[in-house]
Amino acid sequence: MNLRGLIPLTAFAALIGFLAFSLTRDPRILPSELIEKPFPAFELPDLADTQTFDISLLEGRVSLVNVFGSWCAACVVEHPQLMALKNTLDLQLVGIDWRDNRQSANRWLVKHGNPFDAIIFDGNSRLIVPLGVTGAPETFIVDRNGLIRYKHVGVITPEVWTKTLRPLVESLQVASLQAASLQAAPL
Amino acid sequence: MMRWVLPILMWAVLTASPAFAQNSVDEQRARDIGTQLRCVVCQNQSIEESDAELAGDMRRVVRDYIADGASDQEVIAYMRDNYGDYVLLKPPVQANTYVLWFLPALLILLSLLWFLGRARRKRPTAPAPTTLTPEDKTLLNELMRDET
Repeated sequence: MNLRGLIPLTAFAALIGFLAFSLTRDPRILPSELIEKPFPAFELPDLADTQTFDISLLEGRVSLVNVFGSWCAACVVEHPQLMALKNTLDLQLVGIDWRDNRQSANRWLVKHGNPFDAIIFDGNSRLIVPLGVTGAPETFIVDRNGLIRYKHVGVITPEVWTKTLRPLVESLQVASLQAASLQAAPL
Repeated sequence: MMRWVLPILMWAVLTASPAFAQNSVDEQRARDIGTQLRCVVCQNQSIEESDAELAGDMRRVVRDYIADGASDQEVIAYMRDNYGDYVLLKPPVQANTYVLWFLPALLILLSLLWFLGRARRKRPTAPAPTTLTPEDKTLLNELMRDET
């Protein structure tokens, strides 16, 4: 039997295998380049236009930063999950109201509830490109030093929360508690 | 009087252009950079071609950076820092893209070697018949008759 005849077939099978593997990867999910990097600097008003937020908003507490907008259909799907997080854990919920106007954002929050501790109003997409955001909803977990630790693209389903985000948030909180107790009682 | 209108208008247009040119150099740079950057929500358009709102945001950021005096490389590096290699329409030559860049050349080289190896080993084949057999002749005649 001539095994040399099998060479093209093997090469073809290898190519098919490679392409099949590539098909399992969703090209819309881009890796975030910002993981382990500081949250980009910003200076933007809050939704009520009564104060200006900057990076100090994200320092000292573990934060979940959620990009949303009243125009965003998937955000409605995600919203009950965020509402459930309100006032649980020691987690600061920060909303970035993207490409929106204040009136419709307020109406949207009245209708669906407001889970956020602070809402950054970004009507002109100032913070969107620095954050590498491609669409809403998109969620960042930021540690107490203002470092981005995780990025989730799309809706936070209960599964995403319990399997990925919650363990991460809790581990960050433990880390901050340890750091705090070290500061309180230096060796 | 009327015959002066056209020259005056032309003069106005020609002298007005330098002030505009200063702007258009930056604008041209912004467009050159923009055509190298992928609109990250539309997969295969540059941000200059795309109508997506995010592409508009990215175009504005490019122009902001140019207005602040950033070089082309700095603007592209900034976008790459935020969105990753994916934002570059032309993939950079680096470890994870060697397959992409060098496989075609490698394949051509290998097939050429294979072809040459085969050509050398090629056995002489029987010479093509130069005369027609009687059967072929009758067949040919029949075909020719059908044609006419």
